[in-house]
Amino acid sequence: MEPSTQKLIHTFGALADLGQEVANAGDFNDMVQTSMHLLLGTLALRRGAVTECTANGALSCVAIWGLGEKLFTEFVITEAERRQVLENRSFLFAVKEANEGFFGRYRDRLTEKGIELALPMIVRGQLTGFVLLGGKASGDEFSHQEFDTIRAMVRHIGVGIHTHRLLEQVAQRAEENRRLYEELRAIYRDTVKAFAAAIDIKDKYTQGHSDRVGRYSEIIARELGWSEEEVEGIQIAGYLHDVGKLVVDRDIINAPYHINAKQSSELSRHPSAGYEILAPINHPYADIPLMAKYHHERLDGRGYPDGLTDEQIPLGAKIVALADSFDAMTTDRPYRRRRSFTEVVEDLRQNTGTQFDGKVVAAFLKAMLREVKGLTKERRIIKMLGKGYLEGEHVPAMLAELIAELESERHSVAGPA
Amino acid sequence: MEIPSGSLVRSHCVGTTAVVYASDYLNKLTGEKIERECRRQLDSGCRALVIDFSDTELVNSIGISILLGIIDIAERNGAQVVFSDVNLQTVELFDMLGLTRHVALARDEHEALLSLSDFDTTPLSH
Repeated sequence: MEPSTQKLIHTFGALADLGQEVANAGDFNDMVQTSMHLLLGTLALRRGAVTECTANGALSCVAIWGLGEKLFTEFVITEAERRQVLENRSFLFAVKEANEGFFGRYRDRLTEKGIELALPMIVRGQLTGFVLLGGKASGDEFSHQEFDTIRAMVRHIGVGIHTHRLLEQVAQRAEENRRLYEELRAIYRDTVKAFAAAIDIKDKYTQGHSDRVGRYSEIIARELGWSEEEVEGIQIAGYLHDVGKLVVDRDIINAPYHINAKQSSELSRHPSAGYEILAPINHPYADIPLMAKYHHERLDGRGYPDGLTDEQIPLGAKIVALADSFDAMTTDRPYRRRRSFTEVVEDLRQNTGTQFDGKVVAAFLKAMLREVKGLTKERRIIKMLGKGYLEGEHVPAMLAELIAELESERHSVAGPA
Repeated sequence: MEIPSGSLVRSHCVGTTAVVYASDYLNKLTGEKIERECRRQLDSGCRALVIDFSDTELVNSIGISILLGIIDIAERNGAQVVFSDVNLQTVELFDMLGLTRHVALARDEHEALLSLSDFDTTPLSH
């Protein structure tokens, strides 16, 4: 084969490999090191280095071959020298001929180490760095064609470095945005919790109610296999479900005994009022206003404000409804003491299918049973209910029995085809 | 005795000469393994390297650069390098790029070892 043809094939192969290498979004240092090997190997250059300009003007060595482990001196380019390089638009410097400027300053150190050529990498009008190259293994002078090859390959390497750094910046900004978004969500959650506390302060008998409803709702949703985002959403809905009470007269909310029909009608306004308060807000979670609006709906259609029936009620509202009722039954109210757990279980048995959704009740009981049996790391429900409330040998059996009943009922309702 | 190295590059020693076998395609992956093996042999006191290309069909640019690096390291260690059993196409490439100005070529491993018998192979102290 003619040497010129062989050289062309060898160069062509290297250029093809270089194109693939610079497009490789993998390890940056590996990409630069391999690209430099391709350049050195194309013309059999014995040594070389790829340096990158840093913000303070120092050149950091990204790849090195045949010059030891690290660059033999610290290179610093001044702003004036950088401008000079960019203005000259010269893409190749013969180091030994440099008398002034950046290469004039470092000429002796570079030639001592066998560096003959220095090529700035200029991408989109910015100086990315320099490629420093030693002489050919053959000892021959470079031909014009070889200079062209070197320039073309150095441009590729420059673009590779520039693109990689851009992608790094994009990834960094995306990470910053993600962190900012997380912080905003945390601020939103904290604000909502503070708001929930403000709602509960209005009702002196139900302090902590919204917070507990949020937590119970979260536990139920998690048990039902909801995604992390959906679980967060229902927790927020739980915190805010009674926000409409802010427009109800404080005396009605705090009435120590049973309220009259007019007062009851006034109190029944709170789910719709809550919806009106929450609907204009752009929540990061879906359906929060609807969960607040429908948390007093019942499966049998006897709830309020719209008298919806089973399938018409969003599952989230069914969860909040159970959490709300459960907390109401298990905390002291102005007109009664809280019920015993046996009574609560009986209430759930009686009202599942008419007031509560069986699937939601079963999920809540399962979460409770696991805590009672000591199968969970945290005992969140037990903690909220207070010491002693869920104690007793009969509790696990009672829970297991109702779960089994609900599941068999559900099975029989769904029925075999 | 043949040494199965951790890098999966075949090599063995004859006195203070290490014979390292290049694979069928000398590229980045295989080139780096050969370089590591050559360094290891030089570090353990070898005074000469024979790189056997009997299995090698093709050498790309990265392979050339890595071979030049091996030549460089050997020179700095005062060690000789001989390439053996190189196919014609690769000989032309080495010739064109000037590698043959730094290494001797031998027809086969036997000839390479013979050519090195004149060379002072007193082990280097490390």
